[in-house]
Amino acid sequence: MAKRIDVKDLNVYYSKFLAVEDISINIEPKSVTAFIGPSGCGKSTFLRTLNRMHEVIPGGRVEGEVLLDGDDLYGPGVDPVTVRSQIGMVFQRPNPFPTMSIKDNVLAGVKLNGKKISRSDADSLVEKSLRGANLWNEVKDRLDKPGSGLSGGQQQRLCIARTIAVKPDVILMDEPCSALDPISTLAIEDLINELKSEFTVVIVTHNMQQAARVSDRTAFFNIAGTGKPGKLIEYNETAAIFSNPEQKATEDYVSGRFG
Amino acid sequence: MSVMTANTQAAQPTPPSRKRNSLSKGKLPRWAVPATAAGAIIVGAAFSTLTGFSVATFAIYSAVLFVIAGTVLTSVVEGRRQGRNAMWTYLIYGAFLLALIPLASVLYTVLEKGLPGMNSHFLFSSMNGVTGAVDNQSVADGAPVIGGAYHALLGTLMITLWATLISVPVGMLTAVYLVEYGKNGVLAKAITFFVDVMTGIPSIVAGLFAAAFFGLLLGPNARMGIVAAVALSVLMIPTVVRSTEEMLKIVPNELREASYALGVRRWRTILKVVIPTAISGIASGVTLAIARVIGETAPILVTAGIASSINTNVFANWMSTLPTFIYYQILTPTSPTNIDPSVQRAWAAALLLILMVMALNLGARLIASLFAPKKGR
Ligand SMILES: Nc1ncnc2c1ncn2[C@@H]1O[C@H](COP(=O)(O)OP(=O)(O)OP(=O)(O)O)[C@@H](O)[C@H]1O
Ligand SMILES: [Mg+2]
Repeated sequence: MAKRIDVKDLNVYYSKFLAVEDISINIEPKSVTAFIGPSGCGKSTFLRTLNRMHEVIPGGRVEGEVLLDGDDLYGPGVDPVTVRSQIGMVFQRPNPFPTMSIKDNVLAGVKLNGKKISRSDADSLVEKSLRGANLWNEVKDRLDKPGSGLSGGQQQRLCIARTIAVKPDVILMDEPCSALDPISTLAIEDLINELKSEFTVVIVTHNMQQAARVSDRTAFFNIAGTGKPGKLIEYNETAAIFSNPEQKATEDYVSGRFG
Repeated sequence: MSVMTANTQAAQPTPPSRKRNSLSKGKLPRWAVPATAAGAIIVGAAFSTLTGFSVATFAIYSAVLFVIAGTVLTSVVEGRRQGRNAMWTYLIYGAFLLALIPLASVLYTVLEKGLPGMNSHFLFSSMNGVTGAVDNQSVADGAPVIGGAYHALLGTLMITLWATLISVPVGMLTAVYLVEYGKNGVLAKAITFFVDVMTGIPSIVAGLFAAAFFGLLLGPNARMGIVAAVALSVLMIPTVVRSTEEMLKIVPNELREASYALGVRRWRTILKVVIPTAISGIASGVTLAIARVIGETAPILVTAGIASSINTNVFANWMSTLPTFIYYQILTPTSPTNIDPSVQRAWAAALLLILMVMALNLGARLIASLFAPKKGR
């Protein structure tokens, strides 16, 4: 059910401050798209506009269109809650719910919404999601233990399991590996490769090799200076961005000659 | 296990030597501080005897001597910085002990005077039918005191329960509004301001307010338990709001965002993620708020009056609570000629009240640890 995302002329504001300016980008279904760029250029800000998480921040607002398979997320009468149940998000820091067991964390999207689910359906959903997040074998014996008792990498995979359990069309990930060790990072990168067969994945990363390893297409964002808005500089096949970029700024950034 | 230890010890290149560690040179030996203390106590006792012995001067002389001697000794042996460190350490411990004195003496007095009257007769009978003549008789016969605080105990429980039932929902919803919805809006600022003002309301004013309010509704002399409960909730609500607010604020925003990102609505997020995460702190805050109002006297007198018989209906008739019971037993002893039975009952009730407050405080800790998010594997 992976869906495509088309962004047209998007401006993103924090109250009066224009953080991201004039972005247009087309994200293919069942692909992995990486956002790279220097700190503060608005990658997280832009990513959060793709599932209307941006407006959770006081003063957060956007101008322009974000189309999910042709339907505008910001159209009149669109409920942000519906949007978020179709476009899931994994955060930089693993954030399992501390009051819930591993199992309840996976079922959070169902249970918090007050939906009824039979015990056998719940068990199979938990197993399927945890297998999907490559975590099943590590936690299958302690599903009733608190999620906060897992290692950082396991917690992050638990958060991914929680996200795929609500069966979204798109998964957004904001630096999902930045708090993890290299081995957990590899586990998550493998996972992203597998998720691609079912979901559209968008990932923000500061790790150039990671972008090169996991993504099909890469978008490079940049900022002219502090207080200026971030912009999309170049968007292309990942191989082209890293070996043969069109823009000088992109080349400087990916070759490490930047800032 | 023991094999492991043996191995590690065998692997040590040099066995730990017994000679004095050169790194601890210029330090006072362990026994120096107790020795100084002992010396200070002896000299203090001597000084105190010179000026006519009393416990107070003995304690003061010893403490002052100890601080001076300890500081000087440490300065000389270990250097100025260590000397100053020693002085402040001793002074802080001294302040701590000083602060403990009133607490310990209150506990001691209440136990000493309250225990004789504390028995099952006192706990389970009211003052119904106990008159001055009854007290005079039991004093004359040397018989045990008749009459107890059962009605006041029930009154305290009922009134506090109703006050809690009123103030917890109001206070918690206010806090949820302030933290989750109001943010820094005008209404939220106004509410915060009025909650702050409410915190400072003298309890008698809260009592007068409740009495006047119900007086308007039900006519003058509308005194009953529920009026007292309203008066107490005026005092409780700001505490509940404040403590709940603090607890909700420390719930990490990431948890809210995680919930929103799963497509969960705001009110469900608050109800099922935010409040459960904060519940242990909220529950102990509520318990402490109860402990704060359970000993109120003045607002009860003007709202629920005073009674000597059992009344468990908060919606009709006057009611006593433990504090008003104590107040009346002391101020208007049942028998003006033989006040001892009344005094004994008052102290026993005071002991009961202190025990209840202690139980509430312990309960708050228990609740906090029971509800705390589980850690570990
Ligand atoms: N809550 C906020 N309120 C106001 N301004 C914000 C807020 N969050 C971010 N900004 C601003 O928006 C701009 C973009 O920030 P953003 O977090 O999107 O950058 P980023 O590219 O994700 O950086 P990083 O790589 O360090 O995560 C920055 O100038 C930042 O100061
Ligand atoms: Mg970011």
